Amino acid sequence: MSTLLNSRRFRNVAIQAGFVVIILVVVVSAVIIGRQNLQAQGATSGFAFLHRATGFELGFSLIETGPFDSFGRFLLAGLLNTIFLGMIGIVLANVVGLTVAVLRTANNGALNAIGTMYIETFRNIPMILQALFWYALLTSLPAPKQAYHLLDLAFFSSRGLYLPGLNVTGAAAAIFFLLLAAGVVASVCFSISRRFKSMPNVRRSRIRWTVLAAGVLLGIVALAYGRVPDTPVLSIPELRGLNIRDGVRIPPELASLAIAMAVYGGAFIAEVIRAGFISVGKGQVEAAHALGLAPWHVFSRVRLPLAIRAVLPTLINQYVWLFKATTLGIAVGFADFFAVVSVSISQAGQTLELIGILMLGFLVMNNIIAFVLNRVNKAIALKGTQLRV
Amino acid sequence: MTISATAASIRNARPRGSLGNRLRKRYFSTPVNTSISVVGLAIMAWVIWTAFEWAVLNAVWRSPDGTSQVCRGIDGACWAVINVRWRLILFGLFPFEEQWRSTIACIVIVVVAILSCVPVFWKPVRLAGLWVAGFALFYSFISGGIFDMPYVGPSEWGGLTLTVFFYAAGVLIGMPLAICLALMRRSELPVIAVTTGLFIDVVRSLPLVTILFTAALVLPFVLPSFLIGDKIWRVIIGFALFFAVYQAEIIRSGIQSLPKGQEEAAKALGLSYWQRTTRIILPQAFRRALPPTINQFVITFKETALIVIIGFFDVLASGKAAFGSGEWSFAWVEVYCFVAMIYFVFVFSLSRYGVYLEHRLRVGKL
Repeated sequence: MSTLLNSRRFRNVAIQAGFVVIILVVVVSAVIIGRQNLQAQGATSGFAFLHRATGFELGFSLIETGPFDSFGRFLLAGLLNTIFLGMIGIVLANVVGLTVAVLRTANNGALNAIGTMYIETFRNIPMILQALFWYALLTSLPAPKQAYHLLDLAFFSSRGLYLPGLNVTGAAAAIFFLLLAAGVVASVCFSISRRFKSMPNVRRSRIRWTVLAAGVLLGIVALAYGRVPDTPVLSIPELRGLNIRDGVRIPPELASLAIAMAVYGGAFIAEVIRAGFISVGKGQVEAAHALGLAPWHVFSRVRLPLAIRAVLPTLINQYVWLFKATTLGIAVGFADFFAVVSVSISQAGQTLELIGILMLGFLVMNNIIAFVLNRVNKAIALKGTQLRV
Repeated sequence: MTISATAASIRNARPRGSLGNRLRKRYFSTPVNTSISVVGLAIMAWVIWTAFEWAVLNAVWRSPDGTSQVCRGIDGACWAVINVRWRLILFGLFPFEEQWRSTIACIVIVVVAILSCVPVFWKPVRLAGLWVAGFALFYSFISGGIFDMPYVGPSEWGGLTLTVFFYAAGVLIGMPLAICLALMRRSELPVIAVTTGLFIDVVRSLPLVTILFTAALVLPFVLPSFLIGDKIWRVIIGFALFFAVYQAEIIRSGIQSLPKGQEEAAKALGLSYWQRTTRIILPQAFRRALPPTINQFVITFKETALIVIIGFFDVLASGKAAFGSGEWSFAWVEVYCFVAMIYFVFVFSLSRYGVYLEHRLRVGKL
């Protein structure tokens, strides 16, 4: 017996078996207790509730939803809202981040100071506080009748921001943006793929722009196809009675979250990109200057690409983290995935199933983001080991 | 660490010389640079002046009759709302006569946190002793039930003390958990390493809100009744778990950055696994992982604000309540600024301390 205990292999197997048994016991007892509790409440488990009508309404939805639609459709709407908000937030945060990073690495003391002031202010305040602040600010704008306006084209009121748009169906707009994104992604993929590196540069550039143009053109065709009949092409918001009609309405819930993501996330992304700028070798920039590149080209062709390549892995983590921040929607009343799930739990009572759907949703979405961006990272990373000077 | 180290080397590479010389180089080297400087400084001066005018010059500081009447039609900030409602913001729903206890409890935790920043306490035993003692003191003050102090249940805790309590408890429980997870993920036993890795990755890709929500609402469903406990403890455990998975990855990266020879040499000397881990690996790994650890502490403090969503009355929620009732409803800017200032003081001092530590680390004093 003692020899058996002293055998390393036996001990390893025993420890691992014990570990597995403990996990199994925890999981099985949780399932048993959960089932008992459900039976005590007379609730049925299962996913049949997904087809039931919800009886509540969403404040914001990209697809049409009403109280008679099913829980499944509401969850889908919430998921789309989360993806929509996440994309807007991440793009805006990148714009803010890049700008602030450029300010902080600029060769000018005043710009550095502005960048530092921005970062120290907004990075040190919780994002939920910032979202609540922007929400309070946007909802305390004047009522539609006294709304601020820009040349009567855009209105800023407590009911939301009204911008001019096109008279097209929502589906057409969605397809337009999808095609646009597909065009951009395809042309970027083509540019960074190693398979086409041997092609002459002129041909590569021609193909790149053709792919992009095809995406845009197909998108425009989709827009033309999805036009609402018997209406003017442009939909301009205007004040009629007590409310503003037409145009595209951006509700304060969506706008406040997007601003908070841009401001707070931007501060973090700025620091990451700044680190990237600093990591670009001095010799690279000097060589670019010596070759006679214009300052803009030194920035766009040498410093920026090298900086992004250096920090992309860190940036990916920031994007995933920022995407998770969309769950703050519940604090300001935006119908994001988490908010829809939590309302559904109180309405349908299927706590375990809905939490499972919630977790699975975020698991899948975040892993897709990480997977895609990691592929991009792999494609643009330096191959092999090399000395960086 | 690498980021700020490079930043420092860049800073050192800047032209040295007289102050005038440096100013000229950084602000007025070329005409374009000069004009950018002038415009930039003007914008900054305008922003700072406007804020100063609003917050100090035109502000109303107190309300003689306790109503919002003094703030009608003023251009500046109405700090009178803070003057009237500060007890609500700082203490939440804590019973009025007992709020001195909440104050002492909060001070205890802050003092313990400051003490643990002093190098004298940087021994695992001293640090653990300090925190356990501080936490026991904190808990007996806030919860009461001894020495003639009436018992105050967790549902009445609130305000800044609740925020600090959440943070301290979360980090205190999360840290040992993080070490366990990091060691388990690096275990030589494949089943344990893979399972832990999977667990860490899954929890990391979930938003914190969903974990807090699960802890508050779902756990009572699947736990045996003697384990359910109070909602506040379940949420703290969830919070600690979320902190732990991130911290575990930080510790793991610290361990992996150690040269392999360290562990091999320890093995060759005949040290057991626990001796190797506690005497050789972890002390060095912690030193290497210090900058991201401080960073994680900073982020975690800001994340305590999320417990508002689960219905706790922390400093953010009590701030919302302070302007929520009709009379002061116009004063949301002032209240949010006040709460933001509180967070700013904590977070900023923590991150400055991190910068100081990194500096010490670079000159090899740690």
